[in-house]
Amino acid sequence: MVENKGSDKAFNYVVLVIMLLITFGICLPLLFVVANSFSSANMVNKGAVFLFPREFTFEHYKKVLTNANILTGFRNTLLYVVLGTLIQLFLQFSAAYPLSRKDLKGRTFFSVYFSLTMFVSAGMIPSYLVVKGLGMLNTIWAMIIPGCVSVFNIVVIRTFMQSLPWDMQEAAMLDGCGNVKMFFVIVLPLCRAIIAVMVLYSIVGYWNAYFNSLLYVTDDKLFPLQRVIQRILIANDASSSMGGDLGLGEQGMTSEVLKYVTIVVSSLPLIVIYPFFNKYFETGLMIGGLKG
Amino acid sequence: MAEHENVCTETLQNTQAERSKQSAKRRKPPAFLKNWSLYLLLLPTTVYLLIFCYVPILGSVIAFKDYNAFLGIWDSPWAASGGFQHFVNFVTMPNFWNILGNTLVLSIASIIFNTILPVVFALFVNELRWNWAKKTVQVISYAPYFISTVVVVGMLFSFSSIESGVFNKIITLCGGDPTNIMESKGAFAAIYVISGLWQGLGWWSIVYFGALSNVDKELHEAAVLDGAGRFRRIWHINLPTILPMVIIMFIMSIGNMLNVGFEKVYLMQTNGNLSASEIISTYVYRVSMLATVPQYSYATAIGLFNSFINIILLVIANVISKRVSQTSLW
Repeated sequence: MVENKGSDKAFNYVVLVIMLLITFGICLPLLFVVANSFSSANMVNKGAVFLFPREFTFEHYKKVLTNANILTGFRNTLLYVVLGTLIQLFLQFSAAYPLSRKDLKGRTFFSVYFSLTMFVSAGMIPSYLVVKGLGMLNTIWAMIIPGCVSVFNIVVIRTFMQSLPWDMQEAAMLDGCGNVKMFFVIVLPLCRAIIAVMVLYSIVGYWNAYFNSLLYVTDDKLFPLQRVIQRILIANDASSSMGGDLGLGEQGMTSEVLKYVTIVVSSLPLIVIYPFFNKYFETGLMIGGLKG
Repeated sequence: MAEHENVCTETLQNTQAERSKQSAKRRKPPAFLKNWSLYLLLLPTTVYLLIFCYVPILGSVIAFKDYNAFLGIWDSPWAASGGFQHFVNFVTMPNFWNILGNTLVLSIASIIFNTILPVVFALFVNELRWNWAKKTVQVISYAPYFISTVVVVGMLFSFSSIESGVFNKIITLCGGDPTNIMESKGAFAAIYVISGLWQGLGWWSIVYFGALSNVDKELHEAAVLDGAGRFRRIWHINLPTILPMVIIMFIMSIGNMLNVGFEKVYLMQTNGNLSASEIISTYVYRVSMLATVPQYSYATAIGLFNSFINIILLVIANVISKRVSQTSLW
């Protein structure tokens, strides 16, 4: 780099210290939750745990991980994540490819047709009536289909595909390669970075999904994990219209520590996988930011 | 001689290519038919958007009707006041200004903090001269983004519990009396914005890292020769580089101004903070899904009012930005 002066070095160290402090601050609530989750109910209830567990125990993890409601939530969410991601990827990539082709007749029409939905939306009730009309209420499809396609993501994928070298597709076309084959055999393998980003978005979206279940699902056998843990974590008046049972069947003294365990157990899968996608984040978000 | 030969073979190849192109043209069906399979690829998503975006938009017509489930959307009678009765009801409702005010406070505060602070964060991460530090700060700062809204709100409730919550430990350490801040209407906006910032600070700064690492090194070298310090170089070189992106992000968040995240506000609502936490979308939910007699038409009208204001704000933001900075969405 260009700077060598003493004042520059000092600046570097000051920035380093400040940024590490901020990063530690961001971690703090998470460390606090983890420390509490491994502590005894007694210590947690006294508010005596800060960054390190006190009276270390695994007992609460056993309790949470054998709880029937939580296990059902995990199973349902896993199903929604897998099915939803497959459907979402198919719908987004299969639409993005034709839109990336300059030789598509009617491209402007389709572009407008797609992007209009980003700015005009119908709102909660008309969408609810459509889902109801399709007979999707209280089915797994209500958790998967509504809100599955993000036109913003389609625009990002399309922009990425447009940045691929066109010569290769042209050559394949002269060799008699059809459009569908071109999409699967030539274009998709070049889209690894953007596929990785979209897979992660999709997993995160379905894992953390709550709204659809609130609107479309009343059968607790279909509840996703987030809905199950909402009943454990948040029993305030507004959201506990369902009756506000604690879900874990625990009362008073232990419930606070069980909440912390529930937080760790439900968040851990995503926290573990996202660093593996780290190198692709910039690709995904940068293009999105550039093109709006 | 060799040159001449080269030219000859080139022209030969050219004419061959042309000829094959011509014959291809002759056999070629019209472009629309040739690319039929592209339309096949487009079909599923086009149908999807038709059903889940355009049909509901058409269905919004019930905002102007008195929707009756037995009569259906089309046969339900039109609402009074030329169809606008539900809009009039909403705007003249005693709580209207309170709800609109809450919505605006939450969204304007979030837009200001969520637009500016990630930029500052990105600018300073970019000043880190050690690669390990840069990578560590980045990856760790993304973590809260992956935590669900339900969990974040659950954490807020646990932290502010009177008996065991860490917030009250801090309050008592500072000599205050323990209170449950989730029940306080004065603290609602602050809790909402700060927890949102905690989740998004690192994540929303990603947008800028690519552009920052591509800043022309020569600009910096020239600035150093002119005696510019680090702050001045950040201000005069790095910031202007990412400014167009900042403006685009800003316009887009203005276009979503009234779409304050329903989930989080809804989950954070308590009896104590309701006068500060009732926003347009939670009110829509309350009068439709939570009501014993769901007022579908009324709720739809409120939703339409919401989208209408959003579009106006988006257009205004875009026009202003076009005038001031030559950056715009369209």
